Amino acid sequence: MTRGPLEDENPDRLYTVTGGRSRAEEIDLDLVTLIVSETEPYPGMQSEHARILQLGRHPTSVVELASELGLPVSVVRILVADLLRAGRVSARHPTAVGPGTDLPELEFLKKVLVGLRNL
Amino acid sequence: MRTPLRGSASHGLKIVVVGGFGVGKTTMVRSVSEIRPLSTEETMTQAGAGVDFNSGAPGKSTTTVAFDFGRISLDEKMVLYLFGAPGQERFWFLWDRLFTGTLGAVVLVDTRRLADSWYAIDRLEHHGTPFIVARNNFGPPAHDLDDVREALSLPGEVPLIDCDARRRESSKQVLIALVDHLYALTAARETTR
Repeated sequence: MTRGPLEDENPDRLYTVTGGRSRAEEIDLDLVTLIVSETEPYPGMQSEHARILQLGRHPTSVVELASELGLPVSVVRILVADLLRAGRVSARHPTAVGPGTDLPELEFLKKVLVGLRNL
Repeated sequence: MRTPLRGSASHGLKIVVVGGFGVGKTTMVRSVSEIRPLSTEETMTQAGAGVDFNSGAPGKSTTTVAFDFGRISLDEKMVLYLFGAPGQERFWFLWDRLFTGTLGAVVLVDTRRLADSWYAIDRLEHHGTPFIVARNNFGPPAHDLDDVREALSLPGEVPLIDCDARRRESSKQVLIALVDHLYALTAARETTR
């Protein structure tokens, strides 16, 4: 297990980035939820928010945003939730499959297979 | 520079590659990904109650775990994300949350260290997450697959295949085997309705 850069991350910095919040309230953002910008960054905006808006010019998953920003996924969820509430980004959520839900339907799995075979 | 997704991308999917340290998870993700594998981290309190940056809080230990991921655009809309997840017991409270809704899992095993995958297999069975087992075959096979199946106490219906995680075509066949398995499970369920 490699120790990543966040291992020595000062918790104070994460605290500052999120304004002291540790939960993304009421907004459920999956690792593979795709985020799309609806507006351009404006001057004076928090830099992490501005970076998300730049990346979101093309659909970008929450996990890719986290990787690009070098922040934990949970911190990025909070930042994205801010932008969602402000109407600055939209979210394309995955359809629920897997444990606790029905397995995906046959038609959908056929499409996945076609995509994989075309690799 | 990362290749951006096309504008029509709208449906993210997840498959998890789980296995012991050094078994080739990152290699497999890299061999099929359309982007160079990225890494990200998640920080959580053991209580699972979200993140706690005031790690001085009593009775809570904060864990940071890194995981790799790659990406495959399947068509205009569907984007498959592959996550390489270390299988050690102490990380599962994180995976449970991060990988909810995954299509299924590939358990990557190294014959020399089969015990490394016992916990992961147990956990996936317990969760009801569909999975297949792929032996990353580095050289001449020391055991045949039946011996591996027995050593892992793997039920007959769980597919077990050989692969070479370094080769794109081989890793692609592993993913196809997993989705074929999902298809068979779904088809069987639909006929019993």
